[in-house]
Amino acid sequence: MTTLVYDGSFEGLLTAVFEIYEHKLQHVKMQRGEWLSTALFENVIEVVTDDKRAGRVLQGLQQKLSTGGLQRLYAAHMADIENEDGNLVGYIRYAFDAKQNIEEDYGNRYVLRLAELMRMIRREKHRMEAFIRFQKLKDETFYAAIEPDFNVLPLLSRHFKNRYADQKWLIYDMRRNYGLFYDLHQVDFIVLDFAISKPDNVISTYTEDEGLYQNLWKNYFKSVNIPARKNTKLHMRHIPKRYWRFLTEKI
Amino acid sequence: MNEERITEKLNILADAAKYDVSCASSGSKRKNQNKGLGNASNGICHTYTEDGRCVSLLKILLTNHCIFDCAYCVSRSSNDIKRAAFTVQEVVDLTINFYRRNYIEGLFLSSGIFKDADFTMERLVRVAKKLRTEHNFNGYIHLKSIPGASDELMREAGLYADRLSVNLEMPTEAGLKLLAPEKNRQEMIKPMGFLKNEIIQRTEEKALFKKAPMFAPAGQSTQVIIGATPETDQQVLQTADHFYRNFNLRRVYYSGYVPVLSDSRLPALNTSVPMVRENRLYQADWLMRNYGFHVNEIVNERAPHLDLDVDPKLSWSLRNLHVFPIDVNKADLQLILRVPGIGLLSAQKIVSARKFGKLNWDQLKKIGVALNRARYFITCNSTSFERRDLTAMSIKQFILSTSQSKYLKNSVTQLGLF
Repeated sequence: MTTLVYDGSFEGLLTAVFEIYEHKLQHVKMQRGEWLSTALFENVIEVVTDDKRAGRVLQGLQQKLSTGGLQRLYAAHMADIENEDGNLVGYIRYAFDAKQNIEEDYGNRYVLRLAELMRMIRREKHRMEAFIRFQKLKDETFYAAIEPDFNVLPLLSRHFKNRYADQKWLIYDMRRNYGLFYDLHQVDFIVLDFAISKPDNVISTYTEDEGLYQNLWKNYFKSVNIPARKNTKLHMRHIPKRYWRFLTEKI
Repeated sequence: MNEERITEKLNILADAAKYDVSCASSGSKRKNQNKGLGNASNGICHTYTEDGRCVSLLKILLTNHCIFDCAYCVSRSSNDIKRAAFTVQEVVDLTINFYRRNYIEGLFLSSGIFKDADFTMERLVRVAKKLRTEHNFNGYIHLKSIPGASDELMREAGLYADRLSVNLEMPTEAGLKLLAPEKNRQEMIKPMGFLKNEIIQRTEEKALFKKAPMFAPAGQSTQVIIGATPETDQQVLQTADHFYRNFNLRRVYYSGYVPVLSDSRLPALNTSVPMVRENRLYQADWLMRNYGFHVNEIVNERAPHLDLDVDPKLSWSLRNLHVFPIDVNKADLQLILRVPGIGLLSAQKIVSARKFGKLNWDQLKKIGVALNRARYFITCNSTSFERRDLTAMSIKQFILSTSQSKYLKNSVTQLGLF
């Protein structure tokens, strides 16, 4: 078993694949982070991200996978789900070693795992599209805070840009500390310094009617419930509790 | 806006609209144009009520004043409740402001009958028109068509709305006569026929001229109330099938009757909502629309009611054991779709994956097949064969002992009713 330590970037992952083939490694373990020379492990390779090597692997993958397949691989890596790098490397190796396109070989564990990962990521992306609650600030920006399990913010850009073309909006990932800001023209990644204004305390910057619509929405949510059909379990399955603190109607 | 008054109106008119079950907001293809507000196509449930139903649209009545006295309806004229009515502008403001905050996908607007059909319909259309033309709103709009409204108004409604619907209310004409004697089934069906023809015609135009306006791109739907009148599931599903076939409906919704009024023609107030039956009807409807089942295969003279303890696909399979077992590595997609425990996605995955090699139990399980049900009906690349000439009865018992309906599990009290 050889452990490959890499920097966590997609290029880094591809460079690692290059090393695997160069050293003809069989059993590998992927690890993100810094290489500690003091570590007592044997068989550790420090992967130094190299754009040239990564580029060659990428070119190879383009031969073996469809554009959509490559995008899925990239999205699965970007989503930053814990301990999945080994499976992604397994997928890449399987794609390289097979003679035909393997994207639909659901009998293979790596292909199946990638399909599962995509399902998890899509579900969270879809949940964010549903559960984001904007609050209108005095400068006419619609602000929303989120804390998704996976890093799906980049995947949300197109949806919200297509939907809210005539309002400025800002979606901020509190866990990963970066946001998406649309200024009526384009969407940019931004980082806010909350040392000055606490994110949970933007009430002072609401527009006047923000409170009105929040209350109306809360009331609406109560009015549409049919007590005779109460089904708490189903309710909880649809909106898991970890999302509640960002949902106007559940606060 | 007067906060207190608007809150009260919203409470009254949302409460009165909540028994309308349609919540679909997908199936349209309205894009955001000229940097306007919103788009409609995705179908997103933005929240869920405590009873577990999806909330995707602002679902309200324009008014709960009504000249009719239908026995099953909270807004019936003889019911002593608070009445209210929104102005056109109030509905527009609510929709826009909720939409901008990402609470909703759009508006579902229904209404009690103010004075007559046209008077009411004209107001519904005015809301939609204002949203589209003055606010450049491209979100989803579902309008309830009022039976008896003029063709001219129906046509205008189709230009602004994504979906139109007329509620059939009861599965049969006899049921309607009993509970809504002032309503006339023919009058409800007439606008459906008009809209169907109009939708076909406009779709053809659109194919020829790209700039032709969209007309109700998400089509028509309807709903029937289940359990207020004594119809069998066969009658209910045949009605649905009839409307799917002859009126190109996108959806038929089944609304388990919630007793809200005391009336000698209705089930008593303490009767439970028939949630399991409603769920089985949706499952059966799904089989008709997406799995290639004919209505007579699901319910017929010999089996006029759906099984409550197992889903309709399993029920059909148990009645048709001669079809099974099938080999998932060879059978047609259509046949694989008929296996209990295999859904649309797993079936497609199986057909894709088997090109690479034969699948075994383990792989099927990982693909997402519910083996506790499916294993009695299939063979695969594995020597063990689970069916062992079991009878339908024993298969059913094996399956029931390893699983339980999510509905049966958490509402044991309901079982006694059936």
